[in-house]
Amino acid sequence: MSDTRWIRLTDAGNVPLREGREVKVGTRAIAVFNLGDRYLAVDNRCPHKLGPLADGIVTGASVVCPLHAWRVSLETGEVERPTAGLGQCVRAYPTRVEGGVICVELPAGVSCGEAA
Amino acid sequence: MKRLVVVGNGMAGMNCLEQILKHEPRFRVTVFGDETHVNYNRIMLSSVLAGEKPPDDIVINPVEWYRTHDIDLRVGVRVVDVNSEEKTVTDAQGQMTPYDTLLLATGSSAFLPPIDGLHRSGVLAFRTLDDTRELLRRAGPGVKAVVIGGGLLGLEAARGLQVQGCDVTVLHLASTLMERQLDPDAGQYLLGKIEDLGVRVLLGRTTTAILGSNGHVEGVALSDDTTLEADLVVVAAGIRPNVDLAYKAGLHVNRGIVVNDYMETSDPDIFAVGECVEHRGVCYGLVAPLYEQGKVLAATMTGNRGPTYTGTVPAAKLKIMGVDVFSAGDWSEQNAEPVRFEDRALGVYKKLTVRDGKLVGAILVGDVSDSHRYMDWLRTSADIAAQRRHLLFPPPAADAGLDVASMSDAATICGCVGVSKGTIIAAIHDKGVNTMSQLKECTRASTSCGSCASLCQGLLRAVAPEFEDEARRVLCGCLPFAEDRLRDILRSQKLKSVQEVLEIYGNGIGCEVCKPALSYMLDMLWCGDHDEDRSARFINDRVHANIQKDGTFSVIPRIRGGVTSPDELRRIADVADKYHVPMVKITGSQRIDLLGIKKADLPGVWADLGMPSGQAYTKGVRMVKTCVGTEFCRFGTQDSTGAGVEMERRFEQLFTPHKVKMATVGCPRNCAEATVKDIGLIGIEGGWQVVVGGAAGKSVRKADLLVTVETTEQALEASELFFQYYREHANYLERTYDFVERLGIEKVRKETVYAPEAVRHALLDRLKKSKARASDAWLEGRTPRTAAQFIPLTALDARLEGGQEDIAQSRRSLNGRESEAQPRTVMA
Repeated sequence: MSDTRWIRLTDAGNVPLREGREVKVGTRAIAVFNLGDRYLAVDNRCPHKLGPLADGIVTGASVVCPLHAWRVSLETGEVERPTAGLGQCVRAYPTRVEGGVICVELPAGVSCGEAA
Repeated sequence: MKRLVVVGNGMAGMNCLEQILKHEPRFRVTVFGDETHVNYNRIMLSSVLAGEKPPDDIVINPVEWYRTHDIDLRVGVRVVDVNSEEKTVTDAQGQMTPYDTLLLATGSSAFLPPIDGLHRSGVLAFRTLDDTRELLRRAGPGVKAVVIGGGLLGLEAARGLQVQGCDVTVLHLASTLMERQLDPDAGQYLLGKIEDLGVRVLLGRTTTAILGSNGHVEGVALSDDTTLEADLVVVAAGIRPNVDLAYKAGLHVNRGIVVNDYMETSDPDIFAVGECVEHRGVCYGLVAPLYEQGKVLAATMTGNRGPTYTGTVPAAKLKIMGVDVFSAGDWSEQNAEPVRFEDRALGVYKKLTVRDGKLVGAILVGDVSDSHRYMDWLRTSADIAAQRRHLLFPPPAADAGLDVASMSDAATICGCVGVSKGTIIAAIHDKGVNTMSQLKECTRASTSCGSCASLCQGLLRAVAPEFEDEARRVLCGCLPFAEDRLRDILRSQKLKSVQEVLEIYGNGIGCEVCKPALSYMLDMLWCGDHDEDRSARFINDRVHANIQKDGTFSVIPRIRGGVTSPDELRRIADVADKYHVPMVKITGSQRIDLLGIKKADLPGVWADLGMPSGQAYTKGVRMVKTCVGTEFCRFGTQDSTGAGVEMERRFEQLFTPHKVKMATVGCPRNCAEATVKDIGLIGIEGGWQVVVGGAAGKSVRKADLLVTVETTEQALEASELFFQYYREHANYLERTYDFVERLGIEKVRKETVYAPEAVRHALLDRLKKSKARASDAWLEGRTPRTAAQFIPLTALDARLEGGQEDIAQSRRSLNGRESEAQPRTVMA
C-alpha cells in the first residue's frame, strides 16, 4: 500500500452537479463524478463494451453507461445490472478534495488502463 | 337435410344465419345477395367515406366463412320472385331455386322523394359499399356536394364528403336536424357543431328538382325558388323496407313484413328479419334490434321455439368525429318530467325524461359518456329513485372500474354486436382473455363502431388478472405515477426542475428512465421556461450529437427539406477534410452525416459548418423529407418542396416525446414516403391530405388520414395541431404510430383538427410559445454551458504519468473496427 500516490485531477468546478467528466492521467482515462456531497472516480470504460461512463446518467451513487445502459457502482466499480454483467467491475479510485481540486489515489504497479 | 334459402346477404340476415348455425347445421343453405360483396358492416360506411377505414376493413364474414359452413353464396344475384305455393324463388336470370324454409332479410332501400331529375348522373344514395365507392370516386377538394336530408345518414354522408375536401351543403325539410331523434334545443346544439365543421346547413327547405344538362347534375332547385350549384347530390331522405318479395309471397305486409314475437310471418315456411320487418308496428333501422330479432328467430327456425322478441328501445348514435350525439327512448316531455343540463360554451346538452320513477328517454349532445348507463336503465326499466341525485352526472367514481362494476351482468356493453357484460366476463375467466385484441377476437365486442372500447378496457382492468393498460403504466420505480398524472402534477404544482420533482414525488434519486422523461415534460409544459438540468439528459442532449459505439459522435446539420447548396456542400467537404472525418454518409432522411467526430472537435465542426443542428441525436424534430413537387416534377400537383421546407422551419429545434420524422409529397406517387412518416402531407389535385402515425421502422404502419384541406397553410396548421397534441399527450418514448394506435385516430381528430376553436387556438399558442423560446442547440459550441462541456480534461499532475493515448482509438480497435478508424474520404 505504501506505493500508492495521490494525484491532483482537476478543479472541482469543472465537474457539474450529478454529471461526470473524463480526465486523462497519462494513458489512463478516469471518469470523475460530482454527487453533491462527494466526488467519486472510476475508470472511464464500461466493462461491457468500453463505453464512456463519464457520459452516463448518474442514478444515486451509480452511473448508467450511455452505450447499452449497464449500471456501474461508482463506489465499488462493480456492475449492478444486467445480471449477465454481475461480477465484472471497473477500477474505483479513492478520492478527496484539496483546496478546490479533486484528487484520486492511484495504485502503483498496476499497468495503465487495466481494469481492477 | 332441409333447404334454407336466405334472400339478403346483409348484417341482419348473416347474423341470424350465424345464430342458426350455432344451434345445429341441419340446413343446406343458399344465400342470395344483390350486392357484389361478401357480408360487410354497413354501419361503418360512414367511416369508409370519411377515410378512416379502408373498405376491406369492414368485411364481417369473409368468403372463407361461407366456404367453411358449406354455404352456397350467390353474390350479385337478385331474387325477383317468390312462389310460396311451389316453394321456389326465382332470380333475375330466371333461374328457380327451391326451398323448404325461406328467410327474407331484404333490408331497406333509400327513400327517393318525388323530385324531378333524380336519374341524372351524379345523384347517389348512401346505402351500399358501391354507393360509398362511387361517392369517394367523385368527391374531392372543390367538388360541390349537396346532401338532401339532415338525418343520421345524411349528416354522416355530409361529414364524410367534407373530409374528402368537398364543399358540402345539407338541405333538410324539417326545422331541426335529426328531428326524429332530437328535440329542437338539442337540434340547435347539433346545428352549431355541424356548421363549425364547415358544413353548410339549410333548414326548412324542400328540394323541387335536380338541375343539369347532358344527363349530369349541375345543381338543385329549392322550394323558395333559389338554386344551388352541385356536382354531386346525395339523397338521404330516409329508408323504406324492401317488401316486394313479401307481397309476391302473399305475406301480411304493412309498412314492413309483419312478424309476431316469435318472429314468425303469416306463412309458416317463410321467416323475415331485419329492416324489412315490422314488429308491433315498428320498423327498426338500427343494428342492435336486428341482432336481437335474429337471436329469437334462430331459435324459432331451428325447432327451439320459445324465446320471444318484445321490441327494443330505439337508440341512435351519430358517428361523426367530434360531434357526439345520442338519443334513446321517448324523449318527448308529454306526461314526463324533463331533467336538463346545458352549457353553451362547452356545447353540451343533456336531457332525460322520467316517468313514474323510471327513465323513458334520453338525449345527449356533446358528451355521450353516460349513454351506456342510460341505455341500461331504459332496457331494464330500472327504478332510478336511488340515482336521482346523480342522473345527469354519475357519482364520482372511486376508481375507473366502478362504472362498469355497477352494471348488471346482462347489461349490453357492445350495442353493435350485442355482447353483454356477462359474456365478456365469461371470456376473461374461461378463455384467458387479457388484452383488447383477444377480447375482440373472442367475443367480437368493440369490433364495430368502437364506442364501447373504454368500457371493455374497464372490464379487462377490473377482471383480467394479467391486463396491463399501456396508458396507465407507471414511468419507473423512482416515480410511481402514470405519465398523464405526472404531467398534471408538474403543471398544477408548478414544478420546474427534475430534481425538485424527484425529491417531492419520487425517491429523490431518479434514473436513466425517468430523468430524460421528466426533462422532456418540463420543457414541453413550461414551453422552455424551466430549469434545464443537463445531468438529467442523455449524453446526446448534453453535447448535441449522437454518441457512437466507440464514444465518438455523429454530426448531421439541418438541411431543410433535403435542399442544399454548392456552398453548403463545399463547407461540409472542408469540415470532413479538416477534422479527418472517418465517414461521410448520405442518410435515408435526405441529409449528410459526418461520423466519428471527437467530442472535443464538436464546437469547431459546428462553427466551420455554419449550419444549424439537425437534431439527429435527440427525441425531437428530425426532418421533412420532400420530393421536388411542382417545381420540377411533371406529375407534381403541389409545391411539396416549399411546403416541406416551411414545415421543417416551423417545427425545428423543438423536443418531442420521441423522434418525429416528416415528409411532404407533391402527388400520391409518394416518392418521399409520406405515408410511413409521423406526419405526412400528400399533395392531391386542389389540396393536401394530412396523414399521421405512419411508421417504417421495426414495424411498418400506414399513416392515418387526419384531414383533407385545400391550402398549404391549412395543411401546415393541421400538422401543427397534431404535432403539439402529440407533444402534450404522448408518453415519453412513444412514437406517433403507437400514440395514434393507442388513442385511435377518431379521438386524435376530435381533439385536434375538429376540436372547438378555442382548443385549437390554445394548442397553436403553446406551440408558438415553445418555438419562440427554442434556439439552435449548436450555438452552445460558442458559449458552452459548463467549462468542460466539450473540452477534454487532463489531470493537473498528468506529467507524472506516461504518454497520451487516444482513448477513442483504443475503443475502436477493441471493438474490432481498427481499419475503419482510418479516414474514408480520400484526401486531395
